[in-house]
Amino acid sequence: MGNFGKKINIFLESFIEHGAYNKVLEGLSNTILIAVMGHIIGIVIGTLIATVRVIPKYKLLPRVLNGFCSFYVGFFRGTPIVVQLLLFYYVLFPLLGVRITAVAVSILVFGLNSGAYISEVMRGGILSVDSGQMEGGRAMGLSFSTTMLKIVIPQAIKNILPTMGNEFIALIKETSIVSFVGATDLYVAFNYIGSNNYEFMVPYLAMAVIYIVLVLVISLLIKIMERSLRKGDKSI
Amino acid sequence: MIKVSNLCKSFGELEVLKNVDIHITRGEKVVIIGPSGSGKSTLLRCLNCMEDPTSGSVVFNGVDIADPKVDINIHRQRMGMVFQHFNLFNNKTVIQNIMLAPVYVEKKRMRKLRRKNPNNEKIKSTAEIKAEEKEKAINLLRRIGLEDKADEYPSRLSGGQKQRVAIVRALAMNPEVMLFDEPTSALDPEMVGEVLEVMKSLAKEGMTMVVVTHEMGFAKEVADRVVFMADGVIAEEGTPADIFENPKNPRTQQFLQCVL
Ligand SMILES: Nc1ncnc2c1ncn2[C@@H]1O[C@H](COP(=O)(O)OP(=O)(O)OP(=O)(O)O)[C@@H](O)[C@H]1O
Ligand SMILES: [Mg+2]
Repeated sequence: MGNFGKKINIFLESFIEHGAYNKVLEGLSNTILIAVMGHIIGIVIGTLIATVRVIPKYKLLPRVLNGFCSFYVGFFRGTPIVVQLLLFYYVLFPLLGVRITAVAVSILVFGLNSGAYISEVMRGGILSVDSGQMEGGRAMGLSFSTTMLKIVIPQAIKNILPTMGNEFIALIKETSIVSFVGATDLYVAFNYIGSNNYEFMVPYLAMAVIYIVLVLVISLLIKIMERSLRKGDKSI
Repeated sequence: MIKVSNLCKSFGELEVLKNVDIHITRGEKVVIIGPSGSGKSTLLRCLNCMEDPTSGSVVFNGVDIADPKVDINIHRQRMGMVFQHFNLFNNKTVIQNIMLAPVYVEKKRMRKLRRKNPNNEKIKSTAEIKAEEKEKAINLLRRIGLEDKADEYPSRLSGGQKQRVAIVRALAMNPEVMLFDEPTSALDPEMVGEVLEVMKSLAKEGMTMVVVTHEMGFAKEVADRVVFMADGVIAEEGTPADIFENPKNPRTQQFLQCVL
């Protein structure tokens, strides 16, 4: 045990006195930034794709869009996200001649990737809304997209909120791969502390604790959000 | 006002409407009756193109709205529709249900006016539109005695209350015609009366109405014309007296024997 106490001291010294906490804060904020921005982009893309998938397919345009969406979802669900990250960072953007930071690429890739997953969840959510809601809107002379946006999607989102929460938590955990393209996240920060004095036990333990706390806090926020959304309707 | 000619509608192989012709004139109250599966709902839903006709025309105020090139939304705004299952927006309060479409349409109209002439004095701000529509909505709720429910969600209303709200929601668009598809069929018996009362008062005001219903009492009292449908065709039509007291077609006679 004395040994462990020494390790903690080494960690604390590095963490506080040598200013490594700055690195950890940077890592933490990048992890959260990538997860939150990625999830928001994912919701927007996922909603668009899900909408395309439920449009009646009599006309050419919806069919073409639907084909594109199938390809998109197939690609992002069919390849590991590490591969997508590496492809975007080392292949796509260099080919386009665009210089872009590792964090920005990570946000983009996580957004595109979770868009593919969320589209499936959202489609289920949209289909779970009674078709009478769409009928009610269309019969009033509202367009398909207006009815979708104001009536159907808000109800769909409410139905899938628990699943969305899980998606977000999964996303947070997955962000630990962004070090593959050199972005500083929690893993990189604690790895840095550990490699300063070849003492990894405490840093990695601390990293695990931060991830757990993060997930617990998010779960709590989701619960609160659900409760406030459920107020009002469906309370009979 | 609505002239339907040679209307056919199939779902896949199933021919639901076969060459239906019907002409609804302004102010007329038409009640459609007939056995289950005869195509009553489908005919009603073709009147505002909620179902796209397979062939034939539906001319509303001189425009064939069955033509896919027509902007159907503009025409639907002139036709109210009331469903068996109410179809109130579950994520909106009662008053939001009523205001949503009129506010949206007014806003859109203002945007158009502004694009033509930004200084047009008739342009209203969003706040003005909302205030106006809110007042209108409250008046409509007062008319059905539900102004105290304005801020409730639909899930907290009884069936009869929901259907009355659905009716005034349609009225908020100032429609020229109201289409009803079995508006009382999903209601508990004690709530049927309150909904029929609202419909009767509408009829008295001279609203053009097309009503699919099994309420024969309502048909006798309110209808100018009763249309009997069977197997996708109009088998017989006439005044309530013609149809109920003196039906010519054996199918009509048989149907009436079952329901009366
Ligand atoms: N969307 C649809 N797809 C396939 N078949 C349909 C569809 N809508 C209606 N039908 C069929 O068309 C026929 C006529 O239906 P419709 O709803 O018009 O009858 P109805 O006279 O209103 O009957 P009810 O009194 O039961 O409401 C039925 O056989 C029905 O199964
Ligand atoms: Mg029907």
